[in-house]
Amino acid sequence: MKNELALIVDDISVAFDTEAGKVYAVDHVSFELKKGITLGVVGESGCGKSVTALSIMRLLPKPSGQIINGSIIFNNENILNFSSEEMTKIRGKKIAMIFQEPMTALNPVHSIGKQIKEVYNLHFKEMTFKQIRNSSVEMLERVEIADPEKVLKKYPHQLSGGMRQRVMIAMALASKPDILIADEPTTALDVTVQAQILDLIKELQNSFSMSVILITHDLGVIAENCDEAIVMYAGRVAEKALVNELFKNPLHPYTKGLLSSIPSLSNKLGKKRKSQLPTIKGQVPSLENMPKGCRFSPRCPDKLEICVNHIPHEKKYSPNHSIFCHLFNNREN
Amino acid sequence: MPVLEVVNLKKYFPVHKGVFLRPKGFIYAVDDISFIVKQGETLGLVGESGCGKTTLGRCITGLYDKTDGHVKFCGEDIFSFNSKQLKEFRLKAQVIFQDPYESLDARQTIKEILKEKYIIHKKESKINIDEEIATLLEKVGLQRTDMSKFPHEFSGGQRQRIGIARAISLNPELIVCDEPVSALDVSVQSKILNLLLKLQEEMKLTYVFISHDLAVVKHISDRIAVMYLGKIVEIADADSIYNKHLHPYTEALLSAIPLPDPKIKKRRIILKGELPSIQNPPKGCRFHTRCRHTMAVCKEEEPGLLLNNREKEHYVACHLQELK
Repeated sequence: MKNELALIVDDISVAFDTEAGKVYAVDHVSFELKKGITLGVVGESGCGKSVTALSIMRLLPKPSGQIINGSIIFNNENILNFSSEEMTKIRGKKIAMIFQEPMTALNPVHSIGKQIKEVYNLHFKEMTFKQIRNSSVEMLERVEIADPEKVLKKYPHQLSGGMRQRVMIAMALASKPDILIADEPTTALDVTVQAQILDLIKELQNSFSMSVILITHDLGVIAENCDEAIVMYAGRVAEKALVNELFKNPLHPYTKGLLSSIPSLSNKLGKKRKSQLPTIKGQVPSLENMPKGCRFSPRCPDKLEICVNHIPHEKKYSPNHSIFCHLFNNREN
Repeated sequence: MPVLEVVNLKKYFPVHKGVFLRPKGFIYAVDDISFIVKQGETLGLVGESGCGKTTLGRCITGLYDKTDGHVKFCGEDIFSFNSKQLKEFRLKAQVIFQDPYESLDARQTIKEILKEKYIIHKKESKINIDEEIATLLEKVGLQRTDMSKFPHEFSGGQRQRIGIARAISLNPELIVCDEPVSALDVSVQSKILNLLLKLQEEMKLTYVFISHDLAVVKHISDRIAVMYLGKIVEIADADSIYNKHLHPYTEALLSAIPLPDPKIKKRRIILKGELPSIQNPPKGCRFHTRCRHTMAVCKEEEPGLLLNNREKEHYVACHLQELK
C-alpha cells in the first residue's frame, strides 16, 4: 500500500507573463506522492511552493500563469490534458485544498452551512436536503467543532481563526478526497491552535486514508508532521528525502544554512543564547534575474566553478535521499 | 535604578454597541501588570494573539494612555509628563514595528524618513545630517547610497533595517521591539536578530522584545514574561522559563512548538477549547477553563504573581505553587 503512488508531478515548469517578460516561478520540478503519507514542501517566500500546489489544482491565475511543460499524473491520467469540465470533477472531490488564510478563504456573506452544502451540491447531486444536512453536521463533528448545529447557522466573522480553519478542513474533506493539499494551513494561527489543527489533520488522514501535501515555511512543522520532505529554493527542488534522513543528514548547503539559522528551543543543538546566529549571505535572487547555473550559487559557501554556469541534476545519495548539487556530484566521483 | 518600572498597569478599551453607541463593557487588554526592566537587559514578552502584549508595549512607550497604574521611566512616571518632558522621553524610548511594509512612508526617500526625527528634535542644524545618516545606514548593514532610494526598492529584511536605523538614530535607551521578525523568512530573520544583538552590545540598549515565537524570544532575551488574557502568568530568566517553568500555560505553550528535529519525541499538551473572550474573562484564574490541574480554588480566587525563586527572580501566578 505504502509504495503505491497517489500523484506524480513530472518535470513541470510554470511561467508568468510580467512586464519584464516571461519569468519561471517553478522550473523543472518533479516529485512523487506515495499513498497514505504526508509529503512536506518547505522553502522561503517566493520559492514556488504555492505555485506548485496551484498547478496541481489547475488554479493558476489566468491568463498570466501557464504550465509550460511536464505532466501531473493522477490515477494514470495526465490532469494537465483535462478539459475544465473534467477538472471540475476532480478538483475539490478527489484532490482538495485548504488555504493559508481562513479569514479570506471563506465567503463572508454566506452561512457556514450554505458553504458546506455547496460541496455536496457540486459533487454529490443525488443527495437529498436532509442527507446533506446530516453529513454537514457529521463533518463538523469530525473536525471537533462543539455544537455543530449552531455553527451551521453562523457566519465566518463569528468564528475564531482556529474554528474557521476547522470549517475549511471540514469542507475540503466533505467529499472524502484522495489527496489533500494544505498550503500553509497554520501560518496565521497561534502555536497552541496550530498544534490542535495539525493533530486534527493527522488524525483525519488516518481515518480517511488520504495522502497529504503539507506546504510550510516552518521546518519544525515538517519535522513533526511529515514522512517525506522536499526543500525548494527559487523555483527548483534543492533536496528530497525522508524526514528523518533530511534532519539527520542535510546535504544541500541551502538546507544546512536554513537549519542552522533557526534559533533553537532545545539546548541540545548547542546554540548559545544571545550569540550571533549563523546566516546565509546575500538575498534570494529575483525571478527576472536568476543565476544561470545553480540558483543558490551566489549565496553558497561551498561554490565550485561548475556551479556558475551549469544546472545541477538529481543525484541519488541513498534510495530515499536525493540532492541537486554539483558539490555532491564531485564527491561521488 | 531600573530603566523601566511598570506598577499595576491597567489598560481597558471601552466597547460601544447599538445605534447610540452606548458603552457595553470593556476589553481588559492589560489588567494589573507589574514588572521591571533593568539597564542593558532584554525582557521578552510572549503570548498568543489577543493576550495584550502589543497594548502593553504601546502603554510603555506612551503611545496609549493608561487606565490605571504607573509606568516609570528612570524613576519618573511617564503619564505625568508635560509635553516638553514627553518629547524628551520619546527621544529615549523608541519602537520598532512588526510590519516593515506599512511602517515606512512610501512617498519619502530613506533620507527623508530618517531625517524627520532630527528635525522634530531640532538637531538637524547642529550636525552634518548627510554624514550622520550615512553612518547610521552603515551601522545597520545598508549602504550610504541607499539614502536616496524609496522604501519599495528594498526587500522586507532591508526595510526592517531601515526601521531599526530610525529607532536607534538619536541614541535611545529603551527600544520596544513589537514582533520585529514575524513578517520575515527564517534566513532573513536570523540576520535581523544578529543586528539587534550587535546594536545592544555596542549602544548598551535595553530591549522589550514582543513576539509570539518562543524560539526567537529565548534566543534574544535575558528574562521572559509569559502573558495570558491581559495578565502576566509567569516571569523568570530565559533558561528557567524553558527548563523549570511552573505555570501550566507556559508548559502547554512550550509543548506546542514544533521542533526542527524529528528525533526529539516530546509529549504535546493540546489545550482544549477556545481562548475565552477578553471582554468577559473567566472568574478566578483566567486559565482555569483550559488548565489540566484546575482545582476548586482556581475558579473562585485569582492567584497573585508570587515570588517562587528569589535568586532567579522567578515569579508565577498559580494556585498549584501556593500549595507547595
